[in-house]
Amino acid sequence: MASLWRYLLAGLGLAALLVGILAIVYLTAPQTAPGADTSRSKTTANGLFVASFQPERGVIRQGELQSWLLTLKTVKGAPVEGAAITVSGGMPLHNHGLPTSPQATDYLGEGRYRIDGLKFTMSGWWQLRFAISAAAGSDTVVFNVVL
Amino acid sequence: MRRLASLSCVLALSAFVVLAGCGKPQFSDGEKKTIASLALNTLPALKPDTTNRFADVPAAAALGSTLFFDQGMSRDGTVSCSTCHKIDRQFQDDLPQAVAIGRTNRRTMPLAGVARDPWFFWDGRRDSLWAQALTPLENPLEQAGNRAAFAHYIKKRFGERYERIFGPLPDLSTVPTNASPLGTDAEKAAWNAMPDSQAEDVNRVFANIGKAIAAFERSIEPPQTRFDRFAIDLASGAKPQGDDAFSPEEILGLKLFIGKANCVTCHNGPRFTDNSFHNTGVPPVADLPPDRGRIDAVAQVEADPFNCFGAFRDGDDSACRELRFMVKTGPELVRAYKTPSLRGAATRPPYMHAGQFSSLDEVVAHYSKAPASVEGTSEVHPLQLSERERAALVAFLKTLAE
Repeated sequence: MASLWRYLLAGLGLAALLVGILAIVYLTAPQTAPGADTSRSKTTANGLFVASFQPERGVIRQGELQSWLLTLKTVKGAPVEGAAITVSGGMPLHNHGLPTSPQATDYLGEGRYRIDGLKFTMSGWWQLRFAISAAAGSDTVVFNVVL
Repeated sequence: MRRLASLSCVLALSAFVVLAGCGKPQFSDGEKKTIASLALNTLPALKPDTTNRFADVPAAAALGSTLFFDQGMSRDGTVSCSTCHKIDRQFQDDLPQAVAIGRTNRRTMPLAGVARDPWFFWDGRRDSLWAQALTPLENPLEQAGNRAAFAHYIKKRFGERYERIFGPLPDLSTVPTNASPLGTDAEKAAWNAMPDSQAEDVNRVFANIGKAIAAFERSIEPPQTRFDRFAIDLASGAKPQGDDAFSPEEILGLKLFIGKANCVTCHNGPRFTDNSFHNTGVPPVADLPPDRGRIDAVAQVEADPFNCFGAFRDGDDSACRELRFMVKTGPELVRAYKTPSLRGAATRPPYMHAGQFSSLDEVVAHYSKAPASVEGTSEVHPLQLSERERAALVAFLKTLAE
C-alpha cells in the first residue's frame, strides 16, 4: 500500500513537471498569423488563371523597397501574355493599406511580370490583391504574406 | 496527516514548476529576435546616395559643415541650420515649434541617422537629404533667403572652396541680387525676368549648396545606448554587467514595447522607425494654421524641381523608386506624420510634429487612450495600460537615451 502511494506521488510529480515544460513551450512559441493561407501559387478567384508570386531575390527584407515576380499561366499551363495588372492590398488587422503603390513594371516573358515598389514596413499579416486583365478575361487573386 | 503533508509537497512542487515556466526564461525566442532587430549593431552601413555624387566627398562635407553653422546663410544674417538643429542638443531645439526668422508650425527634427530616411520633414515633402536642406533656406519663417542671393553669397564668401568641389561657378554678374520662384513678389518678378539658362545656373549652385550640407549631415549617426548593450548581451547570452543590466521595470517596459503595447509595429528596426506615415490621432495645436500632414505633402514633393525626377539629380533614375512608387491619395494620408526614431527621444521633449506633448508620460498616455483624430482616422487602438505599465514604457524609452 505504501509503495503504491509512492508511485502515485512520483506520477503526480512527473505530471507537474510535464505541465511546467508545456507551459514553457507554450509561452515561448512564436505567434503565427491567424490561419492565413500563405501559399505562393494559387488559382485566381474565377478560375481563369494560375498565379504564383515570389520575391525576385528570394528573400523578404522588411522596410526595403523590393520587386516580386507574378507568374501568370492559364489553367492548361500556357503563359499569359499582355496582361494588365493592378496591385492593391494592406494589413487587414491594422486596417491600413500598402505604404507604397507597387506596379507591374516589366514583362519578362513566359508569363512573368515584375511587380516593383513593394515595401513591408512592419511585421505581421499583409495581403496583396492583383486585378488581372488578359485575353482570357479579368480575374483577381489575393496572396497573404506573413513577416 | 503524513499523506496530507506529502500531497501539499507535491502541490507546492507543481506550482513551483508552473511558475518557473511562466517566469523563465526572461524573454521568449520571439521576443529575443525582436529585441535583436532593434539593436544598433544591426544598422547596415550607410548606402551611397547616387543622386548626390558629392555625398561622400570629404571637401563637400567640410563645406557643408561650414554652411550648416553659417548665419550668413539667411536673409538677415541671424539664422543658420544650426539655429534650430543645435549640435549639443541632438541637432534639435527643445521647442514645440521651431523659431528662426519667424515661428514655424512644426517641431524641429533631430538629425541622427537622417541620411537613412527615404522622406524628409514630418510629412515627407522632400525626397532627398539635399533637397530637404534647400527648403528652410527659402522658407520665410526659417532662413528666409532667396536662391539668387545665396549664389552671390557663395561666390563672394566660399567661391574658391566651392569651385574646388563642384567646378567653375557660373557668371553671376547679371543675376539679380534677390530672385527666387518662391520669394516675395519682387523676387518672383526678378526670377521670372531671368533667362532660363541663368535660372538653371542659379538652381545648380543652389542644388550644390544642398548637396554639400547633405554630405555633412551624412556623418550624423545615432550613438550606442544602454539598450543596445543590453540587447547585445541578451543575444549573445552574456549577463549584462553593472549599469547595462535592466531593472525589472525596464524589462517590463521593453516587453510591453514589443508586445501588448504594439509600439514596435511602427517603431521597428535599429532606428525605431518604419520610415512611413501614420495618423495616430495627435491633436492639432489651436493657434497654428491647418495642418493635414502627408496628404498635402504629396503634391509638394511632386512639384519640387529638386526632387529625384528633376534635372539636378546625379546618377540615373533607378534611385527614384520611393518617389515613383509613392502613395499619392487615400484617406490614410490625412493627418499622417512620419514615425520618428525613438533613439535619444527621452532627453528631447516636447513630442510630436508640433510639440503637442511635453513629456513621455503624456505621449504614452495618448497612445494608451488612443483618442479619435480630428480629421481622418487614427490607426491606434486603445490599450488601457495601467499606471505601472505606462511608467514601465517610459522607463524603457529612457534606456534609448542613456
